[in-house]
Amino acid sequence: MSLTTAHSVVAPSSNAKLIAGTIIIAYALISIVPLLWIFATSFKTPPDSIAYPPKIIFQPSIEGYCNLFTTRTRQTPEYINSLGPATGFCDETVRKRNMVIAGPSNFLPRFVNSLIIAFGSTFCAVFLGTLSAYGFSRFKVPLADDLLFFILSTRFMPPIAVAIPIYLMYRELGLSDTALGMILLYTAVNVSLAVWLLKGFIDEIPREYEEAAMIDGYTRLQAFWRTVLPQATTGIAATAIFCLIFAWNEYAFAALLTSGTAQTAPPFIPTIIGEGGQDWPAVAAGTTIFLVPILVFTILLRKQLLRGITFGAVRK
Amino acid sequence: MAEIRVQNLRKAFGAFVAVQDSNFVVEDGEFFVMLGPSGCGKTTTLRMIAGLELPTGGKILLGGEDVTMRRARERDIAFVFQLFALYPHMNVRKNIGFPLLAQGMPAAEIRSRVEETAKLLRIDHLLDKSVSGLAGGDRQRVALGRAIVRRPKCFLMDEPLGTLDTEFRDLMVHELRELHNRIHATTVYVTHDQMEAMSMADKIAVMNHGVIEQFGTPREIYDRPATMFVADFIGSPPMNFLKFGGGLAKGAKEIVVQGAKVAVPEVREDVAPADMALGIRPEHIRFDDGSKLRGAIYGTEYLGTTQIVAVETADGIIKARVPAGIHLSPGEQVGLTLSSARLSLFEKGSGRAVRTAMHDQAAEARHG
Repeated sequence: MSLTTAHSVVAPSSNAKLIAGTIIIAYALISIVPLLWIFATSFKTPPDSIAYPPKIIFQPSIEGYCNLFTTRTRQTPEYINSLGPATGFCDETVRKRNMVIAGPSNFLPRFVNSLIIAFGSTFCAVFLGTLSAYGFSRFKVPLADDLLFFILSTRFMPPIAVAIPIYLMYRELGLSDTALGMILLYTAVNVSLAVWLLKGFIDEIPREYEEAAMIDGYTRLQAFWRTVLPQATTGIAATAIFCLIFAWNEYAFAALLTSGTAQTAPPFIPTIIGEGGQDWPAVAAGTTIFLVPILVFTILLRKQLLRGITFGAVRK
Repeated sequence: MAEIRVQNLRKAFGAFVAVQDSNFVVEDGEFFVMLGPSGCGKTTTLRMIAGLELPTGGKILLGGEDVTMRRARERDIAFVFQLFALYPHMNVRKNIGFPLLAQGMPAAEIRSRVEETAKLLRIDHLLDKSVSGLAGGDRQRVALGRAIVRRPKCFLMDEPLGTLDTEFRDLMVHELRELHNRIHATTVYVTHDQMEAMSMADKIAVMNHGVIEQFGTPREIYDRPATMFVADFIGSPPMNFLKFGGGLAKGAKEIVVQGAKVAVPEVREDVAPADMALGIRPEHIRFDDGSKLRGAIYGTEYLGTTQIVAVETADGIIKARVPAGIHLSPGEQVGLTLSSARLSLFEKGSGRAVRTAMHDQAAEARHG
């Protein structure tokens, strides 16, 4: 250690670091504990999940996951005994409760619906958003400011305020309870966010890049594809995450507009009913699985996301 | 390579006229510099030649072909930007080869052309490096490489040395001129730096407020500035002006400045009485106690072999460049002798230079 420690005006002091660290840890705990509770609940048996006082230490079971993916019927012990040996772990678990597996539940198709609708609408929103943002950024668009404001204004209202008109329109158009309808709807909601975010990113890419490419013999579209797009990947990734998070988690529209074939996971999960009320381990298992795709996507793109959030804060 | 002919070129952005009726010809293989303060219209002119802006009026001919309204990619020109515009997601090799890729050239040929170009610019050891790690001078060389690899009709450069450090800049000025001497490419170079312009150009156009004030060789522009703006813009320190009154008659060889008679090159036109200015380059002033034109030493700036001496006269401060050996102390009274043959005369109102024997001699020298 040197004898004198220079006092830096930019580096935070150790006290400040301690306070910041404490706040971050406290916030992390508040955020993570409910998730951990859900995760733990998904491995409890139904009696354990509603035990009072709540059990923190318990015998893990995958009954919740078995129940999530199957539908079951209650049978007499005689009937169950008359069946052959259990075909799998789930079969065995279910038979202990005097039930047999009748077939697969709706969870998997609902989950696939969520994937199709969320990723589909994210792709559409980012695709349209990139092109519009490029247009607003590079060309003299008549009434550009008003148009941008109009695009932004579509996000002023909460979904529930427009839900009924959209419900009526969708019924007329035959878009109710269709994946296409949900993709269109989420795209419409997300495209405003995408245009605004991406315009910021594209504004920061010097137009000299395209001009150089156009002088070098490329068309504008080729120049856009080969010079602007590669440099906008950070922005596109950040925008895609924001759009995906919205579309993946969206509940209000999904609950109102989908009920069967196009139902997504968020309105489906709360409807999982077990014997004598909610099957909490199955609900928790559904929630846990539901969290995985967005978690993976976010971790994969976390660098871009971080750069996206802090983008424009410091000018180079 | 080709000549560039610009005819009555005009560009207006709404009510603001950026370029006013420009006319000039850049001959095949010439290094042409457009020089002027920022906002004078030089970059706009360059962008119109490139096809990045469309002119409001006038014509641009490349090698005799009218390209005024053609798209940039159909003009077969190369452009070097101030910020180089190197694609950060490609390495040096891909950056240089990018224009060839557009032409659909086979990969093997692109490879050999890129390597040849890199060798010419002495950057062949950098080919597989990422452009983001390069030093300023090397970035500049890569940008030049991307321009010359295609062997276009002409090169357009927009302040390509503007962002470099002084040491790199001097080096690149030298390299650019050397490169030009080797490949003889018609070049239009835009800068606000007179040193760059003077040391590289075959021809210079000095622009101000969208108007070309003078078009000529560096020597013409320095020795015989066509306007007071050019005289003031070129030279460091710039030309001194001393005012005098009255008109000029054809054949006059003398004027009166601050009560002192000053011999000037023979006037070759009649000028109606108006405010006039005598223009003197700092190096054309000598100290001579016998002279009637007098001033007091105001300050000196030591430059090694010479010194710049500020002299306070009745008409404000003028600067003289004299040998460093002369000792002068502030407040000292000195007489000023001016090199008569090198003086310029201006009409103050219009800023226009008066025609004198100096111009005629130059014209004769050119024809003879």
